[in-house]
Amino acid sequence: MMSAITWFAVDLLAPYEFGFFGRGLVAATFAGALCGVLGVYVVLRGMSYIGHGLSHAVFGGAAASAVMSVNFFVGAGIWGVISGVLIGRIARRRILGADAAIGIVTTASFAAGIALLNRYGQARKSIEAVLFGSVLGVSWGDVAAIVVVGAIVAVTLIVSYRAFLFATFDPQVATVSGVRVSLIEVTLMVMLSGTILVTMRVIGTLLISALLVIPAATARMMTNSFAKMLLIAPALGAASCFVGMNASYHLDTSAGATIILVAASTFTAVYLFAGRRARTRVASLHHV
Amino acid sequence: MLIRCDALSVAYDTSYVLENVTVHIRRGEFVGIVGPSGSGKTSLLKAITGAVPAARGSVEVVRGTRIGYVPQVESVDWNFPITVGEVLAMTRTKRRWPSITRAEREEASHVLESLGLAGVQGRHIRELSGGQQQRVFVARAMFGKPDVLLLDEPTSGVDVRTRHEVLHLLHDLHDKGTTIVLTTHDLNGLASHLPRLVCLNREVIADGPPRETLIPEVLERTYGAPLHVLEHGGMPIVLDHDYEVSEVMRDAARDLRNERKQPR
Repeated sequence: MMSAITWFAVDLLAPYEFGFFGRGLVAATFAGALCGVLGVYVVLRGMSYIGHGLSHAVFGGAAASAVMSVNFFVGAGIWGVISGVLIGRIARRRILGADAAIGIVTTASFAAGIALLNRYGQARKSIEAVLFGSVLGVSWGDVAAIVVVGAIVAVTLIVSYRAFLFATFDPQVATVSGVRVSLIEVTLMVMLSGTILVTMRVIGTLLISALLVIPAATARMMTNSFAKMLLIAPALGAASCFVGMNASYHLDTSAGATIILVAASTFTAVYLFAGRRARTRVASLHHV
Repeated sequence: MLIRCDALSVAYDTSYVLENVTVHIRRGEFVGIVGPSGSGKTSLLKAITGAVPAARGSVEVVRGTRIGYVPQVESVDWNFPITVGEVLAMTRTKRRWPSITRAEREEASHVLESLGLAGVQGRHIRELSGGQQQRVFVARAMFGKPDVLLLDEPTSGVDVRTRHEVLHLLHDLHDKGTTIVLTTHDLNGLASHLPRLVCLNREVIADGPPRETLIPEVLERTYGAPLHVLEHGGMPIVLDHDYEVSEVMRDAARDLRNERKQPR
C-alpha cells in the first residue's frame, strides 16, 4: 500500500523534473488567472464573442510580425490593440450589427495571418504553435510578459474599480455622472488585447476565448456579488490551468485542450450541483 | 433659473428628435414632460445632462449644479451580480480602492432609510420588489446629493401600488427642496398630479399646470389623435382608449356599490 502511494506521488511529481514543465506551469497558471479576471468584464458586458474574435484577430498580427521579422510582441501587439479598439467601436456604435462586423474584421485578420504564413513562413509549425499554443516551449521571458501584463491589469482594475463597475453596469448613467465610459472601453479592449497577446503562446488562439468565458461564467453561478466574482473567476482560471497542465502530461494530451476541458468540466459540475437560481444567473448572460 | 434650454434642437445622425425647444426650470420646481414615444422626452433629459449635444440652440445648467439621473427600470440589467450597497457606492468613483468605507456605508444606510429601504444594503437588486427596485435607483441618485433629480419614466412597467409609492416618494423629495424633472407616459396616474407639465412632440406644444395642458386641443396636437378629458375630483382624467374608459366605469361602479352598502 505504502509503495503504491509512493509510486503515485513520484509519478505525480515526475513532470516537475523538467525545467520546461515548471516554466509552462507558472505561465499557464498566471495566464489562467489573468484571463479569469478580465473574463468577468467580458462576460458581464456581453463581449464573449468579441473576446473570441479578438483572439483570432491577433493571430493575423502574430503571423505578419513573423513574416516581417518584427518582434512578436510589437507586431501582434499593435495589430491587436488596433483590432480591439476597432471592434469596441463597432460594437458600441452598432454600425452594421455587432456580430457581423466582428465576424468580418476578425475572420479577415485571421485569414490574412494564415495566407501570410502559407506564402512566406514556415506555415505548419507556426500556425500550430499559435493556434494551439506551445506551453512547454515558453521561456522565462514569456512568463515575465504575462506577469507584467497581469500586474498592469490588476493595478488598473483596483485603482479604477468603481469606474469600471459603473461603466459595465450602467454606462448611460455613468456617462451622466462624469465617468469617461469610452476611455474605460478602450482601456478594457487594450487590456484584453494585451492579455491575448501574452497568453496566446501558452494556450493558443483557439482556446483563449474559452479561458476568458468559462471561469467567469462558472463564477457567476457561484455568487451574486461582483467583488466576489472578481476573486472566484481568476482562482478558477488559475486552478484549471494548473490541473490541466498536470493532467496533460499524464494523459499525453495537448496542454491547451486539457486546460479547457478541466475548466469546462468544472463549469458542468457547478451547473449540475448548483440550484435552479444559480443556473438562471448564467442563463441570463448575454453574448457579443 | 436652474436649467435653461433655449431654442434647443437635438439630432441623431441627420434626423431631428427635438426642434426649437425652449424650457426653463427654476430651482425647487417639479416638472413632468409628457408626449408620445419618440417625441424627444428622453433626449431632452439627456441634453440637460450633457450626454447628447445640442445641434442648435443651447442648454445651460447653473455652474456647480449636481444632477442625479434615474434611468428607466427596464434598462437595468437585473441579473448583474450586484448588491444595493454596491449600486450606491459605485457612484463615488474618486475613491481609488474597491471596498466600501464605513462612512459610505453609514451614509448609504441613511439615504436608503430616508427612502423606506432600511436593511436592504446587502441584498441583490433582483431580490427587491418593483417599488423597492425603483427606489434603489432614486437612492443612487440621491447618494450624490443632487440639486436636481432627472427621472426617465419612473413609473414605466410598474404596478399601481408601486406607482403610488414612487409618486409619494417624489413629492416628499420635492417638499424637501429637490428640483425634479421627469418624463412619463402616465397621464392620469402621474402627470395629472404634478404642478407643471411640458407637452412635447419634437417641439413644445404646451407648458403649464395640468388644468391648462391636459386639455383636448393640446393633447390632440401632442399625441396626434383626438383624446377626451373628464374631470374627476377636480383633476383632469384623459380617456385615451377603451381600457381607460372601462377603468373609469369600474371606479364609478365601485363607488356606486360602496354607496349602496352605506347604512342609511
